[in-house]
Amino acid sequence: MAHLTLSQVGISFTRGGKTSEVLREVDLTIAKGEFVSIIGHSGCGKSTVLNIVAGLLKASTGGVLLDGKEVNAPGPDRAVVFQNHSLLPWLTVRENVALAVDKVFRGRKSRAERTEWIEHNLALVNMMHAADKRPPEISGGMKQRVGIARALAMEPKVLLMDEPFGALDALTRAHLQDSIMEIQMRLKNTVIMITHDVDEAVLLSDRIVMMTNGPSATIGEILTVPLKRPRRRLDLVEDATYVHARAAVLEFLYARHAQPAVLAA
Amino acid sequence: MASSSALALGTAGRDTASVKSRGPIITMKGIKGVAARVIPPLVVLAVFMLLWEMLCSSPTAGLPPPSRVVTEAWDVIAHPFYDNGGTDKGLFWHLAASLQRVALGFSLAVIAGVMLGTLVGQSEWAMRGLDPIFQVLRTIPPLAWLPLSLAAFRDGQPSAIFVIFITSIWPIIINTAVGIRNIPQDYRNVSAVIRLNPIEFFWKIMLPSAAPYIFTGLRIGVGLSWLAIVAAEMLIGGVGIGFFIWDAWNSSHISEIIVALVYVGLIGFVLDRLVAGVGSLVTRGTSAA
Ligand SMILES: Nc1ncnc2c1ncn2[C@@H]1O[C@H](COP(=O)(O)OP(=O)(O)OP(=O)(O)O)[C@@H](O)[C@H]1O
Ligand SMILES: [Mg+2]
Repeated sequence: MAHLTLSQVGISFTRGGKTSEVLREVDLTIAKGEFVSIIGHSGCGKSTVLNIVAGLLKASTGGVLLDGKEVNAPGPDRAVVFQNHSLLPWLTVRENVALAVDKVFRGRKSRAERTEWIEHNLALVNMMHAADKRPPEISGGMKQRVGIARALAMEPKVLLMDEPFGALDALTRAHLQDSIMEIQMRLKNTVIMITHDVDEAVLLSDRIVMMTNGPSATIGEILTVPLKRPRRRLDLVEDATYVHARAAVLEFLYARHAQPAVLAA
Repeated sequence: MASSSALALGTAGRDTASVKSRGPIITMKGIKGVAARVIPPLVVLAVFMLLWEMLCSSPTAGLPPPSRVVTEAWDVIAHPFYDNGGTDKGLFWHLAASLQRVALGFSLAVIAGVMLGTLVGQSEWAMRGLDPIFQVLRTIPPLAWLPLSLAAFRDGQPSAIFVIFITSIWPIIINTAVGIRNIPQDYRNVSAVIRLNPIEFFWKIMLPSAAPYIFTGLRIGVGLSWLAIVAAEMLIGGVGIGFFIWDAWNSSHISEIIVALVYVGLIGFVLDRLVAGVGSLVTRGTSAA
């Protein structure tokens, strides 16, 4: 059943009297519990797609349906993990999560239940030991984990992640990818994740959405990754399905839709 | 507080000669950190006092030397708390009255300034409409407002408070507006996703995010307030340090004026430190100050 539907989504920005079409006729249907990655060259409009689903941007044409209801404003049912973590630096780790939990569950959970829920989500991303530190005092990987905890704590119908591991070193990145896979297996979240990283896309996703280059970018191809879960990165290195999927994405990105030379510079 | 700084002042004045010789001994004893901060200003002060003493000790000098200031104004220094009714009060009461006016005028300016600054920072149209007007109004010297406010309020007390208010509000508005305009889009996105209402957004995102800027404005504002109140009180009369100075001038008590100026300077310094201290406490050290 269609959980989240993007139909004929297009968007244009007008700046200084000049209108540029960034997205055109993006059609995508995502089932409940599915993990979908969006991959494409820089500047093609991946973040724009995500922001439209989040409700932070308004589509010029077409629209987004979540469980049959049109999306027209941001809300906690579509929690976002932002690329640069976006934690509030004057709040501790715990307070950052609490700000969201207290707002989203006010009236639905008692104070004690909310406190427990905050702790639960911090424990989920292994951040209890630094719960009372402030963002400037913790590492980039830890900040990203707190951002994930904050988003998960909202119990979103769809979890939106904009290059959640983009700014991290390879080891931390691998570690967090494993955490995300493990959490997603347990909670069965529907996830849309933007990434630049082909291996990350193949490892984590049920389907990979590959976008053409802008302007007027759209979905070029959708690849299903038929790998069983749980997935272990070491087992996959020589797995035929994995290697095949990886090759297909690379072929799309670098052979058929190579980044225009101007942009590559 | 006034009495303790009076003590400190007395010591600084009388011990000037011995400070220089004691300096190296303290350093040798090893409390270098404190000494390095305390000794240079004391040395400068001692040299300054010596120069002053030498330049002004001739009978034809226009200003009294420090030694005569202390003996002539001893009444004022030693009895800050006396109260004979009317305006015949000790320095403490004059300073307290001035501080009270500053506290009231400045508090009103903080509330109005942060609100207007938020409006200007948040709304493109409010900025276009209000900013040019603010830029013109803020250049008006504080005392130029006094006749106008006397005409409006017909009383010295509210007029003085108004002058404080109008003097200190501009840096608060302008800095708050800059702080609000600089709130990262990320913070706005976070609050949109969790659906903070405008009031929650103001208290939980805007104020803390703009706090370093706001406190920069408050520090400038409180400094200007203190500058303005002394001048305003010279004109409106009544109890207040400005009036005290003017009254001393009219009775040719130059030594009392000098003592009063020392207090004005010290309190201005304390006010500035106080606002900066509150600022770094509130912003947990991230303050631009
Ligand atoms: N608010 C806006 N106004 C005008 N143009 C915009 C706006 N937001 C995005 N764009 C343009 O839309 C295009 C897509 O931007 P977007 O941020 O979605 O790219 P992206 O695929 O996420 O890139 P990256 O991988 O570098 O993050 C870019 O060319 C950008 O200049
Ligand atoms: Mg992006």
